[in-house]
Amino acid sequence: MLRVDIEKQLGEFSLSASFESEGRVTGLFGASGAGKSSLINMIAGLLRPDRGTIVIDGDVVDDTAAGIHVPTWRRRIGYVFQDARLFPHLNVAQNLDYGRRMNRLAADPAQRTRVVELLDIGALLDRRPGRLSGGERQRVALGRALLSKPRLLLLDEPLGALDEARKLEILPYLVRLRDEANVPMVYVSHDVAELRQVATQIVMLRQGRVTSFGGVKVLT
Amino acid sequence: MLDISPAEWTAILLSLRVAVIATLVATPFGIALAWLLARKDFWGKSVLDAVVHLPLVLPPVVTGYLLLLTFGRRGLVGAFLADHLGIVFAFRWTGAALACGVMSFPLLVRPMRLSIEAIDRRLEQAAETLGAAPFKVFFTVTLPLALPGVLAGMVLGFAKAIGEFGATITFVSNIPGETQTISSAIYSLIQTPDGDAAAGRLVIVSIVLALGALIAAEWFARRATQRLHGN
Repeated sequence: MLRVDIEKQLGEFSLSASFESEGRVTGLFGASGAGKSSLINMIAGLLRPDRGTIVIDGDVVDDTAAGIHVPTWRRRIGYVFQDARLFPHLNVAQNLDYGRRMNRLAADPAQRTRVVELLDIGALLDRRPGRLSGGERQRVALGRALLSKPRLLLLDEPLGALDEARKLEILPYLVRLRDEANVPMVYVSHDVAELRQVATQIVMLRQGRVTSFGGVKVLT
Repeated sequence: MLDISPAEWTAILLSLRVAVIATLVATPFGIALAWLLARKDFWGKSVLDAVVHLPLVLPPVVTGYLLLLTFGRRGLVGAFLADHLGIVFAFRWTGAALACGVMSFPLLVRPMRLSIEAIDRRLEQAAETLGAAPFKVFFTVTLPLALPGVLAGMVLGFAKAIGEFGATITFVSNIPGETQTISSAIYSLIQTPDGDAAAGRLVIVSIVLALGALIAAEWFARRATQRLHGN
């Protein structure tokens, strides 16, 4: 599903990671500064590795030896950022449909209804992002990423900007997403409890190196 | 109220036409340049920036004279355009529009550049992750978010264009009905013994137009902030 074998020098920090995951939700775990965000940005194509390969779903998106670097917009990924990044000039419905329009996909009302119901955002559709709470924003961001029909969903600390109560509000949605949406995910977090609930496989990072890889048990 | 004579109307309408055309033609170039200056680092960027701002600090008569040398009948570009495309600037209203466009360009570009600089680039990244190619990102995210700044720039440019005097009169002279704008009409009228009343009326028109433009630009600037906050 996802194969990563890369090296990247970022100033003083060197990142060298190699793993292969078939899991439904691959958790990237590590303290801040361990290289989690750089790694997920490389999978997204927002950052270019110095050396190595990245393969998504059998499709080589980075291969420095062969000079391959597929730009982000052609990777067919979804990305949920910590800070949601909804488009402020569009309402919720337009935000949700953005990916479908950009990829020239036919309207899929059934999937849209399913996602809107799954995330409970039906009441927000004609609001602007400025009028949403943090938790609502994050749910809309999830829906927006899902509706672009990605083959891999990347989530970078999606609960990181929320307080404890909000986290508990969103977590069940993420679990439902994992069980019902049928899209493999890479989930970045520094929170053990969160990953225990969501992830099926763990890649543990420390100072730019993969220190362990395996089931959720490695989190102990 | 204001008893505006046909001759004065001619000057007012000509000014409006000149300023509208100057603004509309300058806008796409302004957006492109604003984007370039806001987003790209390239060799000679500060020189380009300085050249764009030059009409703001150069004596207008110098700008007008340079336009005459370049776009006049015997000018390098002017002769080419006249011979091959039939476009003539010298002593035509089109020349007035060119002079106004050049003179107002720095004012037009500035708000556009500032509004593009104010856009959170992470939103553009988000658009990319959703499958938007770079030019689609520009038209669906960058430009809509910069729109109030673009409009503010257009309004300011328009206001400057409608009041331009020095470069216009140097380049295309002061021909009633062809190149005599509000400013050059006022200039002629105050040199005429009994022109005070007419000059006064045109002065009031100028003030109203300029004030209206400034208020509109301010309103667009406020809209820009609201837009970026997504309310």
